[in-house]
Amino acid sequence: MPAPGHGSRYMRTAVIVCKYILFGSGADAGANALLSGVTHMTEKLVPLEARGISRDFDGVRVLHDVSIEFLPGEVHAIIGENGAGKSTLMKILSGYLAPTAGEVFVDGRPARFADSAAAEERGVILIHQEMNLADDLSVSANIFLGSELRRGPLLDDRAMERRAGELLAELRTKVSPKARVGSLTVSDRQMVEIAKAMWRNARVLIMDEPTDVLTNRETDILFGLIRRLKSSGVTVIFISHKLPEVKEIADRVTVLRDGRLIATQAITDLDEDAMATLMVGRELSEMYPPKRLVPDAEVVLQVEDFTVPGWVENVSFSLHRGEILGLAGLVGSGRTELFEGLLGLRPARGTVRLHGKAVRFRTPRDAARQGIAYVSEDRKGKGLLVDMRMKPNMSLLALERIARPFLSDRVEQKILEQGSSDFDIRTANRNAVVSTLSGGNQQKVVLAKTMQIDPEVIILDEPTRGIDIGTKREIYFLAERLAAQGKAIVLISSELPEIIGLAHRVVVMQSGEVTGILPADRLTEDEVVRYATGLRRDTEQPQREAPAAGGAP
Amino acid sequence: MTVAAVRRRLPNLRALAPLLGLVLLVILGANLNDNFLTTNNINNVLTRSSFIGIIAVGMTFVIISGGIDLSVGSMAAFISGMMILIMNAVMEPLGATWTVVLVGIGASLVLGLAAGLINGLLITRGKIEAFIVTLGTLGIYRSLVTFLANGGTISLALPLRSVYRPVYYGTFLSVPWPIWVFALVAILGSIVLHKTRYGRYIYAIGSNETVARYSAIPVDWVKTWSYVILGLCVSLATIIYVPRLGSASGATGLLWELEAIAAVIIGGTSLRGGNGHIWGTIVGAVLLSTIGNVLNLTSIISEYLNGAVQGLIIILAVLLQRGSRK
Repeated sequence: MPAPGHGSRYMRTAVIVCKYILFGSGADAGANALLSGVTHMTEKLVPLEARGISRDFDGVRVLHDVSIEFLPGEVHAIIGENGAGKSTLMKILSGYLAPTAGEVFVDGRPARFADSAAAEERGVILIHQEMNLADDLSVSANIFLGSELRRGPLLDDRAMERRAGELLAELRTKVSPKARVGSLTVSDRQMVEIAKAMWRNARVLIMDEPTDVLTNRETDILFGLIRRLKSSGVTVIFISHKLPEVKEIADRVTVLRDGRLIATQAITDLDEDAMATLMVGRELSEMYPPKRLVPDAEVVLQVEDFTVPGWVENVSFSLHRGEILGLAGLVGSGRTELFEGLLGLRPARGTVRLHGKAVRFRTPRDAARQGIAYVSEDRKGKGLLVDMRMKPNMSLLALERIARPFLSDRVEQKILEQGSSDFDIRTANRNAVVSTLSGGNQQKVVLAKTMQIDPEVIILDEPTRGIDIGTKREIYFLAERLAAQGKAIVLISSELPEIIGLAHRVVVMQSGEVTGILPADRLTEDEVVRYATGLRRDTEQPQREAPAAGGAP
Repeated sequence: MTVAAVRRRLPNLRALAPLLGLVLLVILGANLNDNFLTTNNINNVLTRSSFIGIIAVGMTFVIISGGIDLSVGSMAAFISGMMILIMNAVMEPLGATWTVVLVGIGASLVLGLAAGLINGLLITRGKIEAFIVTLGTLGIYRSLVTFLANGGTISLALPLRSVYRPVYYGTFLSVPWPIWVFALVAILGSIVLHKTRYGRYIYAIGSNETVARYSAIPVDWVKTWSYVILGLCVSLATIIYVPRLGSASGATGLLWELEAIAAVIIGGTSLRGGNGHIWGTIVGAVLLSTIGNVLNLTSIISEYLNGAVQGLIIILAVLLQRGSRK
């Protein structure tokens, strides 16, 4: 078995293998096809350029003298760790923020964007990470929002729907112009955003981590589209944390670190290791902690014939003290739903034993009280009070212990300091409102908060989503440290290298069923993907330990 | 750089804006009329602001937790009516004594608690939006009191009025009782909201209910209790309001809900929840009644325009809040 620590080169091969297995090699078919829409004949001009851009927030400089030329028809990736200044730079380029110093040039002429509308006017359009669509309006209404087609004073719905249909057909998506945006998948919404940008004659399309929320298949569709946009002369600026993707799609790469431009290079001159090194500024050591041999420890949590109607069918597995149990499966395989069922967030039935005793959790509160902590994949929506400061966030779960009923600022301050040092949270300002923290720091705050109930079982749902490579590594080591201390950890992840690098055992799910439970010596990406896609399955329920494997009932 | 510097200094200014507004108003009032700063007038203003102020303290809990309660005005009318009827009935066997008044006060507290509990449970257990639930109970209580009064007025029996009278008109250390009650409710409210776990949960839920649920907070319980607290505040306001007029009718407590909400909003709490503080609410409530008082004592603007000036102040306050968001 290949050593699970070989960083990103290994990861890339893995992704290519997955893609091959999952989708065949035809993903790029049609990539050469031109968009039938307008091609912009501005080849000689530089459509967008940043010259000496700096930006301060509250007197602190977060961007230092950044200059980049974006060429017509190129895919330009911007990479960097969280807090490197990528998003700030993109907001300046698209008119959402004004630079403190420096200038943005469009077609070689200085352009002082008063706001994002002014930038759109010039064809520079930012597609947000959190998409800006009106959920309750139809697809065509969204595409034409703000520039509706009219006949006299009245809206010309038919013309808009027809034109929207044409735009969407050009993008080769099956989205109906009449569909309500709220009913679409994330990937389809992205298509709508792009169609909207196309209608506004986008010449430079800035995408902030567009693949973060997409499955592999959806990512392939997006990349096909980006290639087509590119061949019609559109410049695509693409922020991503996923280096294999950058390698796959970008023509040139700009690396930012601590607000400074480190390098702009052709992708052919860089491999993923080189990119990672540029981002972090030092050689990356092993990505994953060395694997500990998990002794035959007692079973903490035993799940038998667990069913979440509509999502999960008769799932059984067990979780031992001190182990990291991976939960792999494609999006939609029911991984998250299984645990939401366990925590009482969805109706479910089946047997759950905690130390051999049958339990039933009705709410996350119930579970927390019995030592089961769930760290949601949705940091902003379910994990953190983003409008509040770090301190109340970190102490929230501790209040039952420390505030009976009166709060003590001294104790809370201690929790803040302890958590910040345990989880190595580095911020300039510990009084910062959580929404201003980087994704990596936010995730660490969630972990610090979760540890306040001293849980026995920690369920980590996509713990590294949207986090840069350096912080990812820290999170892996933190998870291993917690396991070594005797916690039982469930790691739900879509990133196979992460599961294989970190987990001691892996439960693989497909369409709501467990297709296999793989022990450490069988953990290869190939194997996991075969189980995840249903190519292989262990017909008998595998490894069903007796409930009393170690713990007394 | 100056912009950044100004931006950094502004939030403090914004938090203090309602207080500054009140100070300006007091200075204006003092300059326009010599009687404005007399003990009598100050007591008068504070006593008048105590009804809305007490209710607004409870309303602050509800609004910070992300809720709203439109029923408080008609709830006050209903509780007043019931209280008077109960006291009148109990007076028959017991005579006009303090015991009767205490029974009335007890009944009022029970009714306030029950009314709050009903609102809270319908919102949390019934999973109906707070706006709709309390719009419904607003109508119910208002029509119930009209029904009880048979379209007219429910009056407290005369012998009882003289017993009960000091609760509104009496003083302690030469400060009227309603002001004491107001101050006590404000201090208690402040402690609970800012210094206890319950208060922190209120903020957490208003900031993001889903996060609160995932953070093992008993969300439904906390929300239900915020309405109970408000119900109890309404009951306290009623207890000091009834001896003032000694009667209740379909017009009692009309639009109190809007004044209470206005006091909370002027005080810097945002209607979407998650932030705010009690002292702001107190300032808001006092500010509202001071406007009326200043208009009353001076002749620049007709006192008939009281509502218009109050409306202007509310909009101004929200404009300031809006500015603090981006």
